[in-house]
Amino acid sequence: MRDRIRSVLHQHAQLAQSIEELSDDADLYRAGLTSHATVNVMLALEDEFEIEFPESLLLRRTFGSVTAIEQALSSVPSSSARP
Amino acid sequence: MVQALAAGERGAVYQRPHLGVDVRSWEARVAGVATCAAQHAARVDTEGVFPAEAVEAMRAEGLLGAWIDRSMGGLGVSVEQIAWACGEIGQRCASSAMVFAMHQIQVASLVRHTAGSDWWRARLGEIAATQRLIASATSEVGVGGDLRSSKCALQLDESFGTVTKQAPVISYGLEADDILATARRAEDAPPGDQQLVLLRRSECVLEQTSRWEALGMRGTCSHGFTLKAHFPMDAVVPEAFARIATDTMVPVSHLLWASVWLGIATDAVRRARTFARDDARRSGRTGGSARLAHLVARLHAFRSAVHEEVREFSARMHDPDALGTMAYAIRVNNLKVNASESLVEIVQGAMLVAGIAGYRTDTPVSIGRHLRDGLGALVMINNDRIVAANASLLLASRED
Repeated sequence: MRDRIRSVLHQHAQLAQSIEELSDDADLYRAGLTSHATVNVMLALEDEFEIEFPESLLLRRTFGSVTAIEQALSSVPSSSARP
Repeated sequence: MVQALAAGERGAVYQRPHLGVDVRSWEARVAGVATCAAQHAARVDTEGVFPAEAVEAMRAEGLLGAWIDRSMGGLGVSVEQIAWACGEIGQRCASSAMVFAMHQIQVASLVRHTAGSDWWRARLGEIAATQRLIASATSEVGVGGDLRSSKCALQLDESFGTVTKQAPVISYGLEADDILATARRAEDAPPGDQQLVLLRRSECVLEQTSRWEALGMRGTCSHGFTLKAHFPMDAVVPEAFARIATDTMVPVSHLLWASVWLGIATDAVRRARTFARDDARRSGRTGGSARLAHLVARLHAFRSAVHEEVREFSARMHDPDALGTMAYAIRVNNLKVNASESLVEIVQGAMLVAGIAGYRTDTPVSIGRHLRDGLGALVMINNDRIVAANASLLLASRED
């Protein structure tokens, strides 16, 4: 799962440094993630994992690190899975 | 280099009614300030000077410590009460009200994001006790007006830091006692990794680079500066600015600006009503003005929208998760767009009701200053930029 998250971040996060240099717990906002890029990351994660984030997870900290994204994805109820 | 210009000359002494210390109600304190602001509004606008008398009245009434808790020597009033005060002062002098609003936004950002620190507790106590006026240096040359992006960076050694910022605008920068500035956390940090630093004027050198000659809001004296500062490390707010912006600075700015604008609209409608009433008396017509009736309906809708958003923030303000959602960001952005458009429509409508008497600048029902002050609402954080941000956020958010 983390590899797939990292792949999405690599393509969409537009970080100031390479995602490979960052640990799973590194603060992505400190690494240059902008709110605009967050939207693109979120849409790409939904495509990659075929889910829809509920509104309650559309928070800044949901996308704050690889670990935070992993936790958020794990918490998305199965009913949010796309048909 | 211009050596630190002396803090603004204080205006004529405001005579606070002698009713004892601390017993006056918030309403009475604000009424005193509003009356003072009204007396100087025309000159502040015409000459483009800082509303020194009104700000001195705010100091005398303790208003600059309004958001600071009573345990630290402030007045500890609610966001609803502060928003109401913006509207009351805004009905008399939009520049005074905007200075008041901008100061409260800076104080709110500090109060809500420095809890638990003795240094900040003492600093906020000092702001309340000596009624220090706080300006903001958030905009920067070369970042395209993006609050969440900085070019300048904090240079920190063990106990002191320095920063140099090209600020296209620091409203009332020459008159402020403190300046709250954004900068990148360090030289190697990306543009969005920002922190706030609270600078004393004595720690700053301000080199003025432009003069504020604007259509309206002329008393805010939003000149441009090169800001150079040398400050103690403690003055850097530890929390990331990203969080402060989302949870406090952006929502509180839009709430308090909208409250000031509501004040401008309220007074424009009042002037239209005065004209319509006098006109009916003169002409003997008792049917009234349908245009005025429509205008009052628009004003009531505007007022309801502002009040609802102030209540909404108040309900969410202690729950960061409730403030940090994309849905709430969209909502707050919409308040800014709706409020600024409502203001301009209402003021233009008031001008049509009052006719030539409203168009003239020398009548009691003149709407000219309201129109000029009100147009600024559309461009202080341009509505086009906010709509573009919402368009992007709406790709993600599903809340209706």
